[in-house]
Amino acid sequence: MIPGEFDYHSPQTLAEAISLLVEHGDEAKILAGGQSLIPAMRFRLALPGTLIDINRIDGLSYLREENGHLLIGAMTRESALEESDIVQSKYHLLADAAAVIADPLVRNLATVGGNIAHSDPANDHPAVMLAYGATVMAAGPNGTRRIAIDDFFTDLFENSLEENEILTEIRIPTPAAGTGGAYLKLERKVGDYAISAAAVQLTMSGGTCTAARIGLTNVSPVPMRAKNAEQALVGQTLTDDVIEAAGQAAAAECDPSQDLRGSVAYKRDLTRVMVKRTIRKAMERAN
Amino acid sequence: MQITITVNGTTHTRDVEPRTLLVDFLRDHLGLTGTNIGCDTSQCGACTIHMDSQSVKSCTVLAVQADGADLTTIEGLANGSLHPMQQAFWDNHGLQCGYCTPGMIMSATKLVEGNPGISEAEIRHGLEGNICRCTGYQNIVKAVQQAAGEMGGD
Ligand SMILES: Cc1cc2nc3c(=O)[nH]c(=O)nc-3n(C[C@H](O)[C@H](O)[C@H](O)COP(=O)(O)OP(=O)(O)OC[C@H]3O[C@@H](n4cnc5c(N)ncnc54)[C@H](O)[C@@H]3O)c2cc1C
Ligand code: FES
Ligand code: FES
Repeated sequence: MIPGEFDYHSPQTLAEAISLLVEHGDEAKILAGGQSLIPAMRFRLALPGTLIDINRIDGLSYLREENGHLLIGAMTRESALEESDIVQSKYHLLADAAAVIADPLVRNLATVGGNIAHSDPANDHPAVMLAYGATVMAAGPNGTRRIAIDDFFTDLFENSLEENEILTEIRIPTPAAGTGGAYLKLERKVGDYAISAAAVQLTMSGGTCTAARIGLTNVSPVPMRAKNAEQALVGQTLTDDVIEAAGQAAAAECDPSQDLRGSVAYKRDLTRVMVKRTIRKAMERAN
Repeated sequence: MQITITVNGTTHTRDVEPRTLLVDFLRDHLGLTGTNIGCDTSQCGACTIHMDSQSVKSCTVLAVQADGADLTTIEGLANGSLHPMQQAFWDNHGLQCGYCTPGMIMSATKLVEGNPGISEAEIRHGLEGNICRCTGYQNIVKAVQQAAGEMGGD
């Protein structure tokens, strides 16, 4: 199938892209990697009247550390995460996720910014960024503002970007000493979205967990943090019982729906297992 | 919209609707039907080509996005004789119906670049975007490994 008709613009600057967004309002959509948007347009699930292709704007694709953060340009491709020494050596949770998102062909085009802006609870980066406590930078006609990731996802495919804003950067805090993270995903087959997946970032000090953030993929209508599971860990020595309690808390607080990937009961129990495994892996890396 | 695209060394200028998919541009506008369409959902990889020297699914790129780009399709690989990757698929029975083969070969040629000693695990991970319903992948992996050695990292 081919997409419906639309006008196509490929601005060279961010300012131009923003004024096109202002001009065309909710008729317009940003085209980043196109790996979610083009399939949706082919099924006529998305029918934008205007497409604003931001691939020809220079300076939106980068990975660099600055002031205690990893800065990820919105147009950074998933494949660049896989090839980055900084990501592979210091941002294990992100590196884990980058290797299991879609397939290598999709990852050559799909962008980190697009993955988050799409705000699909089935996408892997939302849970990752929730676990990191990332910050999203958005540029609009009135300048740039920062949005805490906890305030970003508002509903299914909805986020707190204004209609005329472009996501330009994601900032991840550089892991402090004693901090480790991991992402584990169970999929029906390679390249598929998760049945359930867990992103865990935790800090250990003298055998005690002093901080924990957990994000879950595809088990709720809106990308979510498993806050009860986090609370089960913080201040504790991570014994088998404590980890089991965190897994059970996540299973109880997630909100999956039944589909081809499984029943609600199956997905809850799988979430328990995925959260436990991911905590163990993050712990190993924290030590 | 007018676009100019170089495919297999030849530059073409054409008028296209913005909604034209790159794969349809190659097949229907340029008559290069070696690039296959195997699905409607961006999942199968039969449409894989090289765009500015990386492998992409040409069904999930708009032709207008490729304006100014340099593309290689399966038709551009053989140079008088078969490309070593094509020959290796032949030698190792890396195909049955052949439908996935153009995409598989385009992915594989990029995958082995700079990696003549590529491992079986790396090949399997690297070809995750290409689905074959016939071969069970064993002979595809063998073919890629043979060609990688012969190509010596090129
Ligand atoms: C076969 C297949 C399998 C996949 N499997 C997975 C998977 O397992 N896990 C996963 O996470 N994803 C998966 N994906 C999705 C893929 O990772 C998408 O590419 C990604 O979700 C969106 O990124 P994109 O750059 O392609 O965005 P696009 O498709 O270009 O855009 C997606 C949406 O975000 C908006 N947008 C994009 N960038 C910006 C921006 N900078 N500012 C404001 N709005 C913006 C667009 O307007 C659009 O609404 C899969 C895709 C395919 C085709
Ligand atoms: S035709 Fe199936 S991925 Fe392009
Ligand atoms: S040979 Fe038939 S699909 Fe691969």
